[in-house]
Amino acid sequence: MALEDSHVRRAAHLARLAVSDDQASDFVEDLSRILDMVDQLQGVNTDGVAPLAHPLDATQRLRADEVTETDQRDTFQRCAPAVENGLYLVPRVVE
Amino acid sequence: MHDKTLTELAQALDSGELSSRELTDHYLQRIEQADASLNSFITVTAEQARAQADAADQARANGNAGWLTGLPLALKDIFCTQGVKTSCGSRMLDNFTAPYDATVVEKFKAAGTVSLGKTNMDEFAMGSSNENSYYGPVKNPWDLSAVPGGSSGGSAAAVAAGLTPAALGTDTGGSIRQPAAFCGITGLKPTYGRVSRYGMIAYASSLDQAGPMARSASDCAHLLNVMAGHDVRDSTSVARGVPDYAETLNAPLSGLKIGLPKEYFGDGLDPEVEKAIREAVSVYESLGATVRDVSLPHTHYAIPAYYVIAPAEASSNLSRFDGVRFGHRCENPSDLIDLYKRSRAEGFGEEVQRRILIGTHTLSEGFFDAYYTKAQKVRRLIRQDFLDAFEDVDVLMGPASPTPAFDLGAKKDPVSMYLQDIYTIAVNLAGIPGISVPAGFVGRRPVGLQILGTHFAEAQLLNVAHQFQQATDWHLQRPATAEESV
Amino acid sequence: MQWETVIGLEVHVQLATHSKIFSGASTAFGAEPNSQACAVDLGLPGVLPVLNEQAVAMAVQFGLAVHADIPEVSVFDRKNYFYPDLPKGYQTSQMYHPIVGPGEVEITLDDDTTKQIRIHHAHLEEDAGKSLHEDFHGMTGIDLNRAGTPLLEIVSEPDMRSAKEAAAYLKAIHSIVTYLGISDGNMAEGSMRCDVNVSVRPKGQEAFGTRAEIKNVNSFRFVEKAIAFEVERQIELIEDGGKVIQETRLFDPERDETRSMRTKEEANDYRYFPCPDLLPVVLDQAYLDHLRSQLPELPAEKRERFQQALGLSAYDASVLSASRDMAEYFEEVHHVCGDVKQAANWVQGELSGALNRESLSIADSPVSAVQLGELVQRVLDDTINGKAAKQVFQALWHGEGASADAIIEAKGLKQVTDTGAIETMIDQVIADSPAQVAQYRDAEPEKRGKMIGYFVGQVMKASRGTANPQQVNGLLKDKLDALL
Repeated sequence: MALEDSHVRRAAHLARLAVSDDQASDFVEDLSRILDMVDQLQGVNTDGVAPLAHPLDATQRLRADEVTETDQRDTFQRCAPAVENGLYLVPRVVE
Repeated sequence: MHDKTLTELAQALDSGELSSRELTDHYLQRIEQADASLNSFITVTAEQARAQADAADQARANGNAGWLTGLPLALKDIFCTQGVKTSCGSRMLDNFTAPYDATVVEKFKAAGTVSLGKTNMDEFAMGSSNENSYYGPVKNPWDLSAVPGGSSGGSAAAVAAGLTPAALGTDTGGSIRQPAAFCGITGLKPTYGRVSRYGMIAYASSLDQAGPMARSASDCAHLLNVMAGHDVRDSTSVARGVPDYAETLNAPLSGLKIGLPKEYFGDGLDPEVEKAIREAVSVYESLGATVRDVSLPHTHYAIPAYYVIAPAEASSNLSRFDGVRFGHRCENPSDLIDLYKRSRAEGFGEEVQRRILIGTHTLSEGFFDAYYTKAQKVRRLIRQDFLDAFEDVDVLMGPASPTPAFDLGAKKDPVSMYLQDIYTIAVNLAGIPGISVPAGFVGRRPVGLQILGTHFAEAQLLNVAHQFQQATDWHLQRPATAEESV
Repeated sequence: MQWETVIGLEVHVQLATHSKIFSGASTAFGAEPNSQACAVDLGLPGVLPVLNEQAVAMAVQFGLAVHADIPEVSVFDRKNYFYPDLPKGYQTSQMYHPIVGPGEVEITLDDDTTKQIRIHHAHLEEDAGKSLHEDFHGMTGIDLNRAGTPLLEIVSEPDMRSAKEAAAYLKAIHSIVTYLGISDGNMAEGSMRCDVNVSVRPKGQEAFGTRAEIKNVNSFRFVEKAIAFEVERQIELIEDGGKVIQETRLFDPERDETRSMRTKEEANDYRYFPCPDLLPVVLDQAYLDHLRSQLPELPAEKRERFQQALGLSAYDASVLSASRDMAEYFEEVHHVCGDVKQAANWVQGELSGALNRESLSIADSPVSAVQLGELVQRVLDDTINGKAAKQVFQALWHGEGASADAIIEAKGLKQVTDTGAIETMIDQVIADSPAQVAQYRDAEPEKRGKMIGYFVGQVMKASRGTANPQQVNGLLKDKLDALL
């Protein structure tokens, strides 16, 4: 599956990465080679094989519905780039 | 002092021959002296280390010392450490002081160990050479023109150079075993789920696993005793009893059935590495083991499958680094999209961006089934290969890496770098444990023997590795950098 | 042309757990910003989710209540997109293997007919935080307290054909989740939110028209208004030769209209994939059986029983079973007074009127079910008449006494049923009203019935409302007719 410039630009937008034109063409080249390598997968017969998401066949353990966390806002916000009145600030979001 | 194993140092502390404070000061001095050339630490926590050492000495005086109390170690900078910078090798987290301790860090604190600092690594654990760090590459203590391997390159180099007696690493596709091999130390990747991932910054959640890196298998056993176990905060950690891994180290190996996967001895394997590995296998034969050839037919597809699954998970795991709640934020964003795009483009290095883009692309509409679902199916076949092999043999052996450590800057093309992990990567896809032990040299550069076992066979791997280290002295060899006296 | 409306609803129900779906932070409403956003909710580096057992149980209870298939295995997926109120850059949800499979809900329409609406599936997911747009120097503030609150998203099939049906469906879902106690159903606080998919097609056509999705329609009334507007818009558009485009629209309750959310970026690609931090949720039969055995009587069953066993009309049964609080209140009143009809009349009449006037929910009624039941009992046993009963009710409402009996006693409202006493009052009224008596006597016999009202009024007045009106009527008629 050939990778095109538009694929890289779309992925960069979805992943929110600013990519210059030069970078985009480098990425197209690198990613194409990686995907060529990945394309070897198409040669494997996987008929009737179920996808494996986790290496162990374990199931989800459930947690009791208890409040165990206390307010640590000040600690957590110490590493935040911009806060005011306990809120995280971002450039204005237009709804 | 710094050429001793943890086991020897523990005895010295126990006998009163040495205090934790003396030991800690010695290693801090070693770091100060030697790390300028190695660059194996991102952060050295000298003050905290001395305080922990004093507390350990006090505990020992009060008769409250455990096996590891007062022993220093270093943490890969991927583990969150409360109040200490936790960078993950990235500019993105250069300003990040973790507000909590990873479960593994908590466990070592509770065991009374002393943390010397945080070791260098490939950014977000993505790399096989430690050249992808925002903090610069780490040098291999055996040969400063060589890479130490990655992504736990800082941990491996620090242990090899005697800057710490032991370190913690993480392994998503070989990131403990390959640098351990390149630096001539012992490194264990446990079974997926054996060690809690809570507080370990995620790269690829279904593959990541933390493990010990030290001078010997015996040291790794004692470290794993502390690390292993179920954690209620990690849904993927396994609720299963933890044996005493040190107890079975001396079990005899007679009757041990070793399988040599023929795919691990094919094209691309450096003949001198192969020679060292074959010699190591013959040591096992002399210890009473039997050897046979086995096949892992889907080996060839492990790297392709990995480079779908790992980047896909990474692309999602790394979305939280958006410049809003922590981490790097660009200057004067014009709007929200600009904030996201520039913060992330500035904060992430090239390899991380590359993997985010691959993962985003392969998960996107129209490509998901052909890439992601297909890779997950192949993943099942790869796991089955191992399970089938372990029907016939107890352990698998082979090289940890096709070549010894390569030169810094030697691998410019990402794909040729990825192919380095040909022998380690399938292990993560299958979730089985693996250990790398020193098994010789090619020139000045060490060779690692990789030993693989079935799920939860850590005790057996450590036993098998330890017996080798009783019969050989490869693991006791030190690089010249470690000889300089303090 | 004749048009048919096709509607499907996606209802997000906040589950009433104490802690979040994947963390131990509190879900309480109204806390200081970000004081209930723990490390997991904030998506700090290294944190991991662990699933809340109560969220699972509540989702399954809903599934059982709508007779849905509950698959043995369900799986959490990640829905990837960037938004400041979404801390991890993905929402943990269930795309491919939801916890609740196909089911159905019965709705009751105004004409008392019922209709089955199919549920496509319901899945668990985490709520996002909130963006606050007050002015922070041109910035938006983010509060992540709500992030990680468990949501059950209930997705219907496009089975509704009118705004009224959609509203009835939303009410049915509301009553099921509140009956089950799995949500407080408080739409004003956002505990229940609704997205509406609307399309129109020429009557008789099988293929669906292009649909618009209307976001965040958060009251029963808005659902009807939003659909009404949207249907009209789409029909007009098509009849004018235009085409409906598939898009997301926002309902503006100030103007009763929907408008396109064009500011949102082009088609999203959410890149769903199984969440590697969570394992498959496996539910065995014993677990389902256990939850089934704990299910309360549900609205449809209650409605059925109210009609069949109690003999209530379909309408009364529907109103009285609409909420669990209402049904339980009614049943208590009935239990205390012993009369279905009276209990139903009082709950739907006097009580509901008073509650509506003061915008109170039945759970907050100042008059308890036992108090009302005892009051009705006093009407039934003729201790008081209907007029006095209303006075007693008002007194109870305003807390002027602990029970109907106490108020009757204190206010002297006990009904006079002593024939002798009533006759004495009648004789006095007749003696005091010679002119009216003369009119009565001279009137046409068929008009006399009406004229008797005057005398009844006077007697009731003389008794300060306590005389038994039926007795007064009968005795008066006898006495007046004796004068003819």
